[in-house]
Amino acid sequence: MAVYEHAYKPYAGPLTPEWSRFLIIPRHAYRDVFRSKLFTGFFALCFVCPLVMAILIYLHHNLSALGFFNINPLDLRKALPINGPFFQTFVSVQTSLAFLLTVLIGPPLISRDLANNGLPLYLCRPFSRAEYVIGKMSVLVILISAITWIPGELLFLFQSYLEGAGWFASNLWIAGAIFIGSWTWILLLALLSVAISAWVKWRLAASAALFGLFIISSAIGFMVNGVLQTRWGSLFNLNMIMRTIEDSLFRDPNSMGLPHWMVLPSPAAWIMLCLFLVMCLFLLTRRVRAYEVVR
Amino acid sequence: MENAVANIPEPVASVAVLPDAPPEVTTSPIIDLDGLSVTFGSRPILKDLRGELRGRAIGLLGPNGAGKTTLIHTLLGFHAPSSGTAHIFGRDIRNDAKQIRTQIGYMPERDSFIANMTCVHFVRLMAELSGLPAEAALERAHEALFYVGLGEARYRQLGTYSLGMKQLAKLAQAIVHGPRLIFLDEPTNGLDPPARARMLGLIRQIRDSGKANILLSSHLLRDVEECCEEILIIKQGRIAVYCNLEEERKANLKFLELETRGDREPFVEAVATLGCEYALTSERRLKVVLQNGAEIRDLYRIAAEHQVQIRRLNFKRDSLEDIFLKAMEDGVA
Repeated sequence: MAVYEHAYKPYAGPLTPEWSRFLIIPRHAYRDVFRSKLFTGFFALCFVCPLVMAILIYLHHNLSALGFFNINPLDLRKALPINGPFFQTFVSVQTSLAFLLTVLIGPPLISRDLANNGLPLYLCRPFSRAEYVIGKMSVLVILISAITWIPGELLFLFQSYLEGAGWFASNLWIAGAIFIGSWTWILLLALLSVAISAWVKWRLAASAALFGLFIISSAIGFMVNGVLQTRWGSLFNLNMIMRTIEDSLFRDPNSMGLPHWMVLPSPAAWIMLCLFLVMCLFLLTRRVRAYEVVR
Repeated sequence: MENAVANIPEPVASVAVLPDAPPEVTTSPIIDLDGLSVTFGSRPILKDLRGELRGRAIGLLGPNGAGKTTLIHTLLGFHAPSSGTAHIFGRDIRNDAKQIRTQIGYMPERDSFIANMTCVHFVRLMAELSGLPAEAALERAHEALFYVGLGEARYRQLGTYSLGMKQLAKLAQAIVHGPRLIFLDEPTNGLDPPARARMLGLIRQIRDSGKANILLSSHLLRDVEECCEEILIIKQGRIAVYCNLEEERKANLKFLELETRGDREPFVEAVATLGCEYALTSERRLKVVLQNGAEIRDLYRIAAEHQVQIRRLNFKRDSLEDIFLKAMEDGVA
């Protein structure tokens, strides 16, 4: 079927491996996403925090630089120790930026295809619904990974390199906490945004829904806790669930300084998160179909 | 510009090759319907469809709501059969849906696109999703767009296309990966006569290339008549007629329509003595079915003997419309 031949010809070349085909979706999506200067600027801004933290780690170990700024190394170590809370702050800041990033690019991911009847075109090919959802999620997963656990682990390795093998061995759990803490956020944000995108066709409404879900769930949680004087209202509070999980991962039982009776047990937070993710998957399976069947 | 999107390295492996064998000689059926039934809720849509479809171009006909599109969607794996199954190129749609879809191209009835894309980018994406490596996909996207006649407009956004161009873009995405079987669902919907002629010309060209079989679903009997060798008429979820149009036409060569002048009573009695069946359709017209041994010259001889003039004699071929209307009247085969 060469341009000049004008004849129909089957394709007889090699095919890409099936497992890799979901990556086609993010590859083409980024072309569209990075066309926006606003988004590109914001994405670049997301690397400011890792850069600042890398500088802080460097200063911790560079006496001449501290001397240049007239800072006592012991004071710095006391005021800003490189430990669990340091990396927890990093994860908290970066996941907050990841949330904003999700609000910017998450809502149109599936809704555009639904609005343009694009799903049959994907699903009439050797491309399953699961691959489609994973492909759409990976648009977010790759970008959020780039600003959360990947720079987090690099910072950890940088600190280990400067501090020595002893520090690395005794703080290896921090690397695990960065990885798992980031991935819980990644999964939640990616699944939540594609689920909302599958149900809300209007981009602004989908962005508002994403915001609202966190704000409204927080309000409901605090209201239930306040009225009933219980901690279990926090089970409806997505923010609180995620903070509880983060705290448990970074071995800090109450980083927010809440009254003791309001602190959620971490197993309950994990269970609630899993339930929430399952609900998102259920919503996606209901919606991501080639054609809506009218029964 | 197109290669700028290749941010993620692309793993390429020679894992499979789409078969290049021309399916012209069809000893085994292309689609084998084996008691296929589909139910939506408690509403049966397709009921126990059975048959082997072998033609290079098969027309799928039926009134609105007969189940044509549901049949195509079921063959594509969009709906699960409630009972029975179907085989495409010998593969079961229940178990091998993904493998089957590597060999199928689908042009949907409704507008179906991916937003914010130029046509060449869209067709390239579709080719990549079918398993083509990025470079081959881009090359074939250009070729497919030139083939359907959108070569000069391939860098335009899909949203700016006219209806006819959108139909051609849908055809391009259906053939870009070189499928062996192409499902075309109402390909001439909303097209003006020149665009329709171009679309039908392309369909015939693909059919005649012998490299792909076509299943064409349409409401327009003329489109099907122009492109298809076999027809499958569905009525109320069941197969009403499945026939080869050419054979049907050949079988009707002995069916004559005559216009006469003169006293035809003794003439038709004499015709009946030849063993031919006849029917008087109007004052001057009659239909005659020639039986074995009887020839047209016998009719002229008898007419001369009885001083009847034969003013007109036509072979009455059953048009697709006749077959369709008969199927609608008769009901399920």
